[in-house]
Amino acid sequence: MAPGLLLAGLALVALAVFLLSLAVGSVRIPIDEIVAVLLGGDASKPAWATIVLKFRLPKALTAMLAGAALSVSGLQMQTLFRNPLAGPFVLGISSGASLGVALTVLLAGVAVGLGGSTTLLAGISLAGDTSLALSAIIGSGLVLLLVMTVARKVQSGMTLLILGLMFGYTTSALVSVLIYFSVVERIQAYISWTFGSFGGVTWRQLQVMAPAILLGLAGGHLLMKPLNALLLGETYALSLGLNVRRVRLGIIGSSAVLAGVVTAFCGPIGFLGIAVPHLCRSLLHTSDHRLLLPAVSFMGATLALGADIVAGLPGSQLTLPLNAVTALLGAPVVIWVILRQRNLREAFAG
Amino acid sequence: MTGGTVLQTDALSIGYRRARRGDVVIARDLDFSLRAGELVCLLGPNGAGKSTLMRTLARLQPSLSGQIWLDDRPLDDLRPGQLARRLSIVLTERVDVGAMSGYGLVGLGRHPYTGWTGTLNEQDERIVQWALQAVRAQDLADRLIVEMSDGERQKVFIARALAQQPRVMLLDEPTAFLDLPRRVEVMDLLRRLANENRQAILLSTHDLDLALRNADRLWLLSAEGELFDGAPEDLILNGAFERVFSAEGVTFDREHGSFHTRQETCGRLLLHGDGVAAFWARRALERIGYAVEKEVEIEGPAGQDSVLGAISVHMQDGGPVYSLDIAGRMDSFATLDALTTFLRQGGAGGETDAKVD
Repeated sequence: MAPGLLLAGLALVALAVFLLSLAVGSVRIPIDEIVAVLLGGDASKPAWATIVLKFRLPKALTAMLAGAALSVSGLQMQTLFRNPLAGPFVLGISSGASLGVALTVLLAGVAVGLGGSTTLLAGISLAGDTSLALSAIIGSGLVLLLVMTVARKVQSGMTLLILGLMFGYTTSALVSVLIYFSVVERIQAYISWTFGSFGGVTWRQLQVMAPAILLGLAGGHLLMKPLNALLLGETYALSLGLNVRRVRLGIIGSSAVLAGVVTAFCGPIGFLGIAVPHLCRSLLHTSDHRLLLPAVSFMGATLALGADIVAGLPGSQLTLPLNAVTALLGAPVVIWVILRQRNLREAFAG
Repeated sequence: MTGGTVLQTDALSIGYRRARRGDVVIARDLDFSLRAGELVCLLGPNGAGKSTLMRTLARLQPSLSGQIWLDDRPLDDLRPGQLARRLSIVLTERVDVGAMSGYGLVGLGRHPYTGWTGTLNEQDERIVQWALQAVRAQDLADRLIVEMSDGERQKVFIARALAQQPRVMLLDEPTAFLDLPRRVEVMDLLRRLANENRQAILLSTHDLDLALRNADRLWLLSAEGELFDGAPEDLILNGAFERVFSAEGVTFDREHGSFHTRQETCGRLLLHGDGVAAFWARRALERIGYAVEKEVEIEGPAGQDSVLGAISVHMQDGGPVYSLDIAGRMDSFATLDALTTFLRQGGAGGETDAKVD
């Protein structure tokens, strides 16, 4: 099939799943009613309009933005490090955010655990709170600065990869220390943040999140030509006239903004960022970033919406942890795709 | 610069900079040039710094001192894009490029010429086609790189370097992983490309025989950092090969242009006969340690005395027959295997044990 058609198909599927995600949930709303609400009309039941506009629409938009952001970031990291296991969080972005959130949530808990006053802390409400987003942004922002500073100095991508890994270990060690000394309620609050969720993002927060992610996505797409040159490795890329250091900073910068913003508002959402690039490569049979970048954006948006629909367990009042759903549904798919092509040759692994 | 000179060095020193312990100089004060339309092979023992020289010329690492001129401009003054339009490289190591077709790979060679999306315009497409044709790999356009044999990969990587339309192409051991017919093919291809496109091609190799037969000039880089520059034949005649490759137990045979391990000869044999069979009979006998001379090369009674015996090659029933005459005893053999086995086992009663010092 022509690549253009495939892209159009992926975009259509994303749109369809977007509408579906507005329709299903604890209450089912007919699609034509949703379209009417979206176009500014009234629904036959006033509550439906409220449900769609106040809850489902921001959540669906968040899911789409987050899915596209994580997938583009993952693709960039896989190409930059020429490693099929790389993902949006290899440079420790989510570790930084986790540490920020852990400090906010758990340190309060530590104070309680050590006999401090609880009344002072009662003001901090949790899931989806702006203070969490803020601490996550500060955490991932600090990591971003650190990584960019190091990336300016070191020659090899492999060194960066190992540094990111070590940084991840260090932060999770710090987090475990914090958990060890914290109180149960606080630990639970922290853990529920690590499950990830698209539901906590309000319209107000979307006003910050959406422009940041759209900017990051645009930046990522602007790098399609250098990314293609990097497929040949850094030496060939240099010989093609690429300013490898500058391009590397650009890739790391846009990738970290994407991953950092998503983690700040939705928690550390795993899996999508690693899996979607692989799925797109095997669907399109290409490494060409001119196709892959839009393709992973659409597919990432679709899968994030899909995972969110499943996690909401339509027709019930229950929800599952988002991270559990993405991995439970996604892992078998990736295993199947990879076994079907017998090896990972399409993704650098010889 | 003289007419046709594309690349020239001026007192170039190459090596590695180290922060506190001083520079490692691999070669100093190199003055050489590459001319348009010539194929130059860089030879030298392992560790002499062939790769360092290639990397320095490609500006992948800085020179220690001196100047490199490319197209009458100092190499260091060129912006990355300008350099990429003048110089392209082919590396030794296999690069995994993911799911990319031959056409896609060669298309990446247009990188210095395309816009921000890297999309090929009509002219780019024509040049990609031309590059594929030039290496005779049109049939590889739609194949995935990962599915190609080493020889096919090498061809499309050369086409990729060609698509940059460079003045100079540098290839680091382009024949290293290829089987013999592919090596001959690639070397032949490069010579043709240099001559037809008026490009300067420099390649490093360990393939002495192919280099001697194909290169317009050779650069011999010695372990001491000396560079001998000249036509292959001149370098053989003036002893540069011995200087560069001198090593314990190995000698350079100027007559054949190849290296031999030094060994005592088992004796001298005279060879009667001409043609291919006689040529290979000589090679077989030399291989097992005999000094073989054509009949006419020996003159005077003194020469005859030290000769152990004679071999004559003649054709019979459409195949060669090798007759060995040692001390009046005649033996005939249908194959060189039979002949060499006979000689190795002591020949006609131990005469061959008598070594001639």
